[in-house]
Amino acid sequence: MTDALTLSQVKKSFGPAEIIRGVDLALAPGERHAIIGPNGAGKSTLFNLISGRFPLSGGQVQLHGRKISGLAPYEINRRGLSRSFQITNLFQRMTVFENLRCALLWARGYRYSFWHLVGRQAALNEEAEQQLEKLGLQDRRDVPASLLTYAEQRTLEIGTTIAGGADVVLLDEPTAGMSLTERDHAIELIRNVTVDKTLLIVEHDMGVVFDLADRISVLVYGQIIASDEPDQIRGNAEVQKAYLGT
Amino acid sequence: MSTSNLPGGALLRHSAIWIAAIVVIIVMPYVFTSSSSISMMSQMGVFIVFALSYNMLLGEAGMLSFGHAVYFGLGGFLTLHAIRAVNDGAWSFPLELMPLVGGLGGLFFGVVFGTVSTRRAGVTFAMITLGIGAMVEASANMFTNFFGGESGISGNRVTDVTLLPFSYGPQVEVYYLIGAWTVVSALLMFLLTKTPLGRMANAVRDNPERAQFVGYNTTMARFIQFALSGLFAGIAGGLFAILFEIMTAPNVGLIQSGSVLLMTFIGGLGAFFGPIIGAVLVTYMHIALSGFSEGWILYFGLMFVLMVMYVPNGIAGVIVSHGPPLRAGLMHRFAVPYALAFVPALLTLAGLVAMIEMGYHLSLSYDPSRPIELFGMEITATSVVSWVVAVAAFGVGVMALRWAATRISLRWGEVNQAMDAQRAKQ
Repeated sequence: MTDALTLSQVKKSFGPAEIIRGVDLALAPGERHAIIGPNGAGKSTLFNLISGRFPLSGGQVQLHGRKISGLAPYEINRRGLSRSFQITNLFQRMTVFENLRCALLWARGYRYSFWHLVGRQAALNEEAEQQLEKLGLQDRRDVPASLLTYAEQRTLEIGTTIAGGADVVLLDEPTAGMSLTERDHAIELIRNVTVDKTLLIVEHDMGVVFDLADRISVLVYGQIIASDEPDQIRGNAEVQKAYLGT
Repeated sequence: MSTSNLPGGALLRHSAIWIAAIVVIIVMPYVFTSSSSISMMSQMGVFIVFALSYNMLLGEAGMLSFGHAVYFGLGGFLTLHAIRAVNDGAWSFPLELMPLVGGLGGLFFGVVFGTVSTRRAGVTFAMITLGIGAMVEASANMFTNFFGGESGISGNRVTDVTLLPFSYGPQVEVYYLIGAWTVVSALLMFLLTKTPLGRMANAVRDNPERAQFVGYNTTMARFIQFALSGLFAGIAGGLFAILFEIMTAPNVGLIQSGSVLLMTFIGGLGAFFGPIIGAVLVTYMHIALSGFSEGWILYFGLMFVLMVMYVPNGIAGVIVSHGPPLRAGLMHRFAVPYALAFVPALLTLAGLVAMIEMGYHLSLSYDPSRPIELFGMEITATSVVSWVVAVAAFGVGVMALRWAATRISLRWGEVNQAMDAQRAKQ
């Protein structure tokens, strides 16, 4: 079976500084994979490379066996890879509902149409309402994204990421800055919305990681030093030395 | 800008506004019957279409263009050439549909120049549009066959090829033709904001990065929006050509581009009706002030600066911000502070106008000591007393305005609190 996402010898340099130093990673379809590592290890950079935000300095990224490195972010998105951002990245002046509907437009084939009225597309609106319900944001439907609470914005960020139905989802620290209750709620949401999807998640919170992930990779100084199941990672001496701090 | 779901009630309300607009357009020539008013209202129609097309860029897609007159002007030139061709017997095309020629021309040049300019957003885009605007204006002096050189080109709109039994010689017939095109164009541009393209234009404006990560090529979204905006600018240009029967190089130029930016900004970018208000107001002021004062451009400049500084959301923004207190039944609470601001505002304005007019009179008049008539008074610009009074009126007015502004913002605070309390009760 083809892997959902394959990274081979992915490298990234900014000037003389090599930030990602040859990363190999393979995610089986349906796998929930977490990347952990100390600050500055290059986790967010790795996400930016996979999603096409930055060009690679070397190596290759494949989605379902097809090369995606070198494509523009929107082309990668159209092939079924979606991502969220560490810093909330929404359409701030639009309402919650509008954000979700915009996230659906391309996926539902509307492209750049100027001959459909979005208000009249019953199936589209129905689907956006369902997404709204799935996120538990029904009460906030008509509130501009900029006026949501932080946790609500993070929730909507996840919602816009998965709305289009991408089967490979990248979440960059989705629970950062949340209270404990909010965090539990967010993990539950992530678990629900990524059923049957391949998930790659960057997370600082070890509770979240060991709770959610099928496999964990440890990224230190631009290289993956270990990639295994949670229990193995927990017991790995090298990881403990480099990261878990014991 | 709000949600574009149109349940029955909202749809009805929308239709009511459009029908009311049509009725107003039909009735106006019976209210303002003079030929100069009808000409002015015709110009308002032309500039409503032009300003709305400009707002497709600036308001809807966040693209600041300094060269939008290119599509307006070229559309106008093409329309006038088409009209001349019909008059020469070389072509047959009804006058009513002539603005389409301008529209297609605007679309064509929108596609051509859009491929260059929309590759980049922000400052780069603005600079490219400025360059294209300057380039087209300069080329008007090179391609004299098309642009007619210094004197421009003129034509006669009475082509005898029409769909309806009108000659379009009389001003009022042209007014109704422009009115019809204004309604149709405005309606189409309104509906455009409710389409996937219109929504994604907003999305690209608000957050181009996220737009990419929901599958949209932001360059393509900007490009299509830009080309369609050229279409409507070209229609406006075609209407302009029919109205004035003459097109000159400045019609494609940077001053024309600046004036549509002015209209759109003063009216307000945030609401669909903003540019309509701006086009009506600026056209009126342009015509009224240029007859009244030598310094009319200075007044425009001052108004623009003051709007940018104190009312960045334009007139429409002011109107929209009063919606919530109006719905909450709290408008009456503004009556006193607004009335208190009105008097010093008038005083400030009077002082300012007196100073500007006296200044112009002193520097431009053959006989500076000849009194000028202002506010129904005879004012002598060479008298020190006149200046002292004008400066005092301005100074006292400004101070009183600042005091009144504090009162208004305090009252806004109270009203916002009252509205929060109302919401909490529900």
